[in-house]
Amino acid sequence: MVEAIGVHKAYGRLEVLKGIDLTVQRGEVLCLIGPSGSGKSTFLRCINHLEKIDGGALSVDGELVGYRQSGNRLYELKDHEVCGKRAEIGMVFQRFNLFPHMSVLDNITSGPLWVKKAPGGSSKDRARQLLDRVGLADKVDAYPNQLSGGQQQRVAIARALAMDPKLMLFDEPTSALDPELVGDVLDVMRDLADEGMTMIIVTHEMGFAREVGDVVVFMDGGVVVEQGDPTQVLTDPQHERTRSFLAKVL
Amino acid sequence: MTGPAGLSKPDAGVSRDRASMKIVPVRHPWRWVTSGVILVLVAMLVNSLLFSHVVRGGTREGRFQWAVVGHYLFATPVLRGIVVTLELTVIAMVAGVVIGIILAVMRLSPNRLLSGSAWLYIWFFRGTPVLVQLTFWYVGISYLYTHLTLGVPFGAALVTLNSTTLITSFVAGALGLSLNEGAYMSEIVRAGIISVDEGQTEAAASLGMSKGLTLRKIVLPQAMRIIIPPTGNETISMLKTTSLVSVISGVDLFQATQNISNTNYEVVPLLVVASLWYLFFTSILTIGQFYVERYYARGAARALPPTPFQRLKMSLHHVRAKPVPALSEVPWVAPHD
Repeated sequence: MVEAIGVHKAYGRLEVLKGIDLTVQRGEVLCLIGPSGSGKSTFLRCINHLEKIDGGALSVDGELVGYRQSGNRLYELKDHEVCGKRAEIGMVFQRFNLFPHMSVLDNITSGPLWVKKAPGGSSKDRARQLLDRVGLADKVDAYPNQLSGGQQQRVAIARALAMDPKLMLFDEPTSALDPELVGDVLDVMRDLADEGMTMIIVTHEMGFAREVGDVVVFMDGGVVVEQGDPTQVLTDPQHERTRSFLAKVL
Repeated sequence: MTGPAGLSKPDAGVSRDRASMKIVPVRHPWRWVTSGVILVLVAMLVNSLLFSHVVRGGTREGRFQWAVVGHYLFATPVLRGIVVTLELTVIAMVAGVVIGIILAVMRLSPNRLLSGSAWLYIWFFRGTPVLVQLTFWYVGISYLYTHLTLGVPFGAALVTLNSTTLITSFVAGALGLSLNEGAYMSEIVRAGIISVDEGQTEAAASLGMSKGLTLRKIVLPQAMRIIIPPTGNETISMLKTTSLVSVISGVDLFQATQNISNTNYEVVPLLVVASLWYLFFTSILTIGQFYVERYYARGAARALPPTPFQRLKMSLHHVRAKPVPALSEVPWVAPHD
């Protein structure tokens, strides 16, 4: 589903990604762990072209991100083409980023209505279904600031799911939450994983990564240090750097 | 000798006594003094406005000649002037907001030519007095360009118009005020756009929304909360700035009253007429601004501020409800929610 070959990204002189090679299979749950500043979030944001890569190749579902190949040349995609690609990839942010001026229902139907031009009735029905699924059926008419962080994040997940994405990206979805609210969000993500959604999750929840992840990737200093089966990477890391990181967080 | 048990017993008794004691609030003597001073000043003002007389040209008459004011308040020329003032205000503000949004987006564009030209526009229109601009549009344009032509650049003309007939004082006034207002509005709109969290744009992008859609549906509605208060200010300011069209022979509210006083020499009463109308319309705009601000505060404030009517209802309800319980009836520890 996602294939990265030697992905490079630099902000000015600061090289954030120094050649990332990764493959994510359809239906796989990949957890990205690593210290802050290791490039995990940047890599995630490259996948739906919120960041432009400077080198290497990145493809989603067999199609290059941000470019179209024609013969021997790569053509940069036009704005609306990039939008079309992004609409197929759901993203959940650390700070939720719900639209504060819109009700929960309008947040969820915004994508289907405005981007997919779906009919209003069916979009609303689907939104209610999704809210029920994340356990917030009674919050249809609430505004985001009337919800707790955990509730907001679950609405954000429902909003991303409303676009029927083929891939879901999670950027530290529980990092901004009170500890007691983390569980509800992880439950929703676990259900999603069980249903076979392809997911890439940047997380600091090692227990969750071990339980739900199919693959754990440890990144540091803009490179993939180690990857493999979660239990193996988390309990018996092969690299010294992984070991010292895990010693600090576990 | 008293043990710890002996100490704790009377303590408990004291706190129960305190619970039933009368509470004396803090007194504010200076508030009474300043209130008194202000009341006297208000009384003097009211007396001067309504009841004092003065001898002018041998006849004793009311200082403010309210009868004359009343006579001209709804005079046809004054009402016509009001229409012109309101038309100019609406046109200039609507056009100003549209120009402002376009300029703000241009200024935030990564394209240097776009942001540069927007900067130049703002520099020019903020850098020259609006009075000069108005005069320029009225006399300058027809002097520089006797004919205005619509057609292919450097090519064939489709329509040719005579500048002097096209640029009336109303057109020049509307044009000058709009273009000038656009420069100021663009800075207000830009401040609003910048105030919206970048995460909003990213979330919109991740849903596949285009830049234009994101601006219209996500960024601008949130920017409105920042944009509305200074825009209300600008509108009120514009209502009065329209009086400048009197210098390019536009007949607005102010010029209409001037025209009357030029013939009957009742200068002050007609100034009062103009002022009363300006005050009336700014009051309406102020009320409108309150409700518009309230509308765009959705989702920003947990509870919207009550409207004056709601506040009135609440205070009436409060009076009818039973009085606030004395402290002795209030439980010592308020339950936490």
